[in-house]
Amino acid sequence: MTAHLQLFIQAAFVENLALSFFLGMCTFLAVSKRVDTALGLGAAVIVVQTITVAINNLIYHYLLEENALAWMGLEQVDLSFLGLVTYIGVIAALVQILEMTLDRYFPILYNALGIFLPLITVNCAILGGSLFMVERNFNFTESIVYGLGSGFGWALALVALAGIREKLKYSDIPNGLQGLGSTFIIVGLMSLAFMGFSGIQL
Amino acid sequence: MKNESRKVLLEPVVDNNPITLQILGICSALAVTTQLAPALIMCIALTFVLISSSAIISAIRHHIPTNIRIIVFMTIIASLVIVVDQFLRAFAYELSKQLSVFVGLIITNCIVLGRAEAYATQNPVWPSVLDAAGHSLGYSLILVMVAIVRELFGSGSLFGIAILPLSTDGGWYVTNGLMLLAPSAFFIIGLFIWLIRSWKPKQQEKPDYRIQIVHRTEFL
Repeated sequence: MTAHLQLFIQAAFVENLALSFFLGMCTFLAVSKRVDTALGLGAAVIVVQTITVAINNLIYHYLLEENALAWMGLEQVDLSFLGLVTYIGVIAALVQILEMTLDRYFPILYNALGIFLPLITVNCAILGGSLFMVERNFNFTESIVYGLGSGFGWALALVALAGIREKLKYSDIPNGLQGLGSTFIIVGLMSLAFMGFSGIQL
Repeated sequence: MKNESRKVLLEPVVDNNPITLQILGICSALAVTTQLAPALIMCIALTFVLISSSAIISAIRHHIPTNIRIIVFMTIIASLVIVVDQFLRAFAYELSKQLSVFVGLIITNCIVLGRAEAYATQNPVWPSVLDAAGHSLGYSLILVMVAIVRELFGSGSLFGIAILPLSTDGGWYVTNGLMLLAPSAFFIIGLFIWLIRSWKPKQQEKPDYRIQIVHRTEFL
């Protein structure tokens, strides 16, 4: 249990996908103008991240890994080179299914998320989560915890940035730094702050 | 070269740069730039994927049904990235370890999908290739500049060759550790954006609120 808690804390704060691995930056910078839209996108990312990392973990261990097809009687088969195209396929399909389910059963949530759902397909934080899961060789429960933690960390960073940018609307910023330039510098400062979490052990 | 082609090729380099103006493909620009060599490999990989995917997608643009186009694009891009990934693992294993997951992440690099969606689906093959080449150049320009700053001041070298003699080896330069850490990449790109936008004021964003001089206490 403590190991899982530590993995969660590590994924959410110490190795924050947005602030220390720079994943999902495009959406991170583009959709952080207002807190309420940031909250919607953050929630969607947490859900998609948790499910895709877990599913990709199963697919990797039972279909793609070296000797993974032994349960089908096929020894010595290594399909791990198909990883990239499989993961992105799973993500695209899952986002599509989630979109249709929400549209059918939770139309309010669907309307609130709007265009953010399809955008998640090309959010590199999601694909990055699956790739890190493979690189670090997580088992099934660990991958659920990792997906939840990293999604939560990304959402937290997004909402925090949106809060700062809302406040900053009224400040006097040099013309060339207006908008994107100042956002980059804020994210840099946030990333410095998050480095304070490094080395935390439970 | 005709005027039109030149415009398509050169416009994304500074005037419509994918990173500093269109906010595309930023993740990798930040992550692989601690040293010049991996940054350059990343640029070459992206250039290859972007140009080939634009050419392929533009060649079959009349045969892709619109409602499933995203998944078609994704499959084409993912296949090309697998080729690059396997190639790097075979011929430059050390570098591919250093780039870690970021080669795979070219799939979700928004420049690739963005150009496929915005340009290659509507234009013939040759202009699409030029457009892709232009965007790769714009991307590479920023990546290489950031990597030069970070490697030079972070470890006093370029391509691993010592430029500034380090104090640990009896020289005079004390390395700036911050340059090797994540935050410095944000600061450097932020400052680059400031520089470019001061040079080309057309790219400046309008502030939401204009602060009037009356509100400042020193004028009261």
